[in-house]
Amino acid sequence: MIYKVISKGEFKAFIDALVQNNSSFGPRKVDTGSNGKPIYQFMPVKSVDEIDFDYTVTHSSAKHFFLPYRDELSHFNFSDGNWEQEIRYEAPPIILIGLRPCDINAVNILDDVMLHGAYPSPYYLARRKNNFIIGMDHMPLPDCFCHSMNRHTVNHGFNLFCSDIGDSYYLSINSSKAFNFLKEFKIEEPTYEDNCLLIERRKNIKNSFATKIEVSGLPCFLDIEFDSPIWQKWGDKCLSCGSCAMVCPTCYCYSVEECFDIDLKGSTRQNHLYSCNLVDFAQVTGGHNFRPKTGDRLKYRYYHHYRGFAANDNQQICVGCNRCGRACLADINPKDVINDLRLERESCMICVSPSPDKT
Amino acid sequence: MNHLGFEMEKVKIGSFDFTCCEGCQLQLANKESTLPDFLALLDIRNFREISSERLDDYDIALVEGSITRPDEIERLKAIRAKAKVLIAFGTCACFGGVNSLKNRIPQEEAIREVYDNKAVETMPSMKISDVVQVDHSIPGCPVSKDEVEQILVGIVTRSQVSLPTYPVCVDCKQQLNTCLFDLGELCLGPITRAGCNAVCTTGKSACLGCRGPAEELNMPAFFELVKDRALSLNDLHEMLAFYNAFEPFATDET
Ligand code: SF4
Ligand code: SF4
Ligand code: SF4
Ligand code: SF4
Ligand code: SF4
Repeated sequence: MIYKVISKGEFKAFIDALVQNNSSFGPRKVDTGSNGKPIYQFMPVKSVDEIDFDYTVTHSSAKHFFLPYRDELSHFNFSDGNWEQEIRYEAPPIILIGLRPCDINAVNILDDVMLHGAYPSPYYLARRKNNFIIGMDHMPLPDCFCHSMNRHTVNHGFNLFCSDIGDSYYLSINSSKAFNFLKEFKIEEPTYEDNCLLIERRKNIKNSFATKIEVSGLPCFLDIEFDSPIWQKWGDKCLSCGSCAMVCPTCYCYSVEECFDIDLKGSTRQNHLYSCNLVDFAQVTGGHNFRPKTGDRLKYRYYHHYRGFAANDNQQICVGCNRCGRACLADINPKDVINDLRLERESCMICVSPSPDKT
Repeated sequence: MNHLGFEMEKVKIGSFDFTCCEGCQLQLANKESTLPDFLALLDIRNFREISSERLDDYDIALVEGSITRPDEIERLKAIRAKAKVLIAFGTCACFGGVNSLKNRIPQEEAIREVYDNKAVETMPSMKISDVVQVDHSIPGCPVSKDEVEQILVGIVTRSQVSLPTYPVCVDCKQQLNTCLFDLGELCLGPITRAGCNAVCTTGKSACLGCRGPAEELNMPAFFELVKDRALSLNDLHEMLAFYNAFEPFATDET
């Protein structure tokens, strides 16, 4: 990693040069909510003035740049009683600007799942290789809890990361590509004072998290609470609408659909991002549904995020962005569900069995 | 027609309209880019928007519209008797559709308002499955041509024919739309079957549920969230009644 400092004015010139010449996406205000607050999304940008650098958080994550909501996996051509499969890993290069530490951590988690397992995804790899990520830190929103998940800082998975130290950005440069781009602009060695400002900024961010979730020991806790009535209680509220998984930066499930071309001379195989909350997620051929109950489906979403599945080394895949909580119309969010679960057991007074004596 | 080395028969199809605007049938004649291929799959026996043939041997009957007159019942039963596969085509056929608005007022009043008291034979609007057995339903006001193409190709090639089970919100989120509830508006997306690519909400209009209920929808929770947001329950009832698609859930309010 190389550290440099760049004035905000010069930084804008740098970004402008990048976005003028490349297909780029950055945070833009798309609406104003009825609460008066702006709503942001990662959107195409063609000049630096279109980017809202002081944005809070985007409503949807950046995952669809690597895992498109719909993607053609292959096309089949039929001819003379035979067929040929055509596969293309097409990924035009893109620049992603303004990802938060949690967002970049989420991409690192997706890398683990998509690239480091037994069957690496060539589709994902093509997209992941062909991007340039510029991260930016921010002061947490009242409901952000990435600190609880230890995802509030990030040290890999980006080309360039910018920490706001007032009139300048403190740059962590993590790729030669980024360094070569930046060489054309006025960047300086960090001074003693810049270093102090960076430490101060980090401390400030760390101390500003208003939402905390106790996740230590949670995997074991979840195992014990498999049959807790809590799941049905929250399941009764759930609309099985899948919004949580669509906006989540680490939900990666998909369904595969095959459709014939209308001329019957070929067909396509597509994948389509899906959610374990959707009613037929665990329905198998023959019609049996392993998870017909809303509460069970909701439970498994929490298990995957906070207990982990063997497929991703049992790591917790939630990064604490609370996008799912913000998107959920039924007001289901990780903080309330997990606190409820803990509270139910930790405040249980039924048997009051004494703790074993200290030895 | 040759498919994967198999000779296939074109399917004999008839399309029939009842009480409706014929907009769904018109959709079939749309989308020029695939129209020749689409028509090549079919042997059109009876379809007044596409062909002047009036034959009455067909395997598949597309039935559009709702049933609002006694003579329509007889005609529909005759079609059912001939068709091997009967498809309720469009929201009117699947749920009663906009025509069902008249079910909410006394019939005399409707006749007075619409026909100026002329003697007309009319009765409350019924969906097709109220009268005959339906094999497949293709909802939508109007239907989506892409979906119709996929379903007819599925029938022709004897592959699986299905509709999405999940609600419109999935597709809406995939379009990166701002949720209308965040703008302080009502939307039936969370309880409505997806498959339209969330066209209405992408255009910032509320989903009115033309594709009918999503599978296993959670109506009590939906009412709850509308109340929690202090949105108008009257407006919600109006929206639910618009296409008559949520009638079976009318009592789910807690
Ligand atoms: S939480 Fe559910 S939708 Fe998300 S990745 Fe896990 S299983 Fe898939
Ligand atoms: S589960 Fe929720 S809080 Fe965790 S990463 Fe996904 S959207 Fe963010
Ligand atoms: S938890 Fe919320 S967002 Fe997720 S499926 Fe249930 S209702 Fe939808
Ligand atoms: S606008 Fe409607 S369809 Fe879209 S997410 Fe919101 S409730 Fe769902
Ligand atoms: S968004 Fe709703 S009303 Fe609009 S086409 Fe889709 S299902 Fe019908």
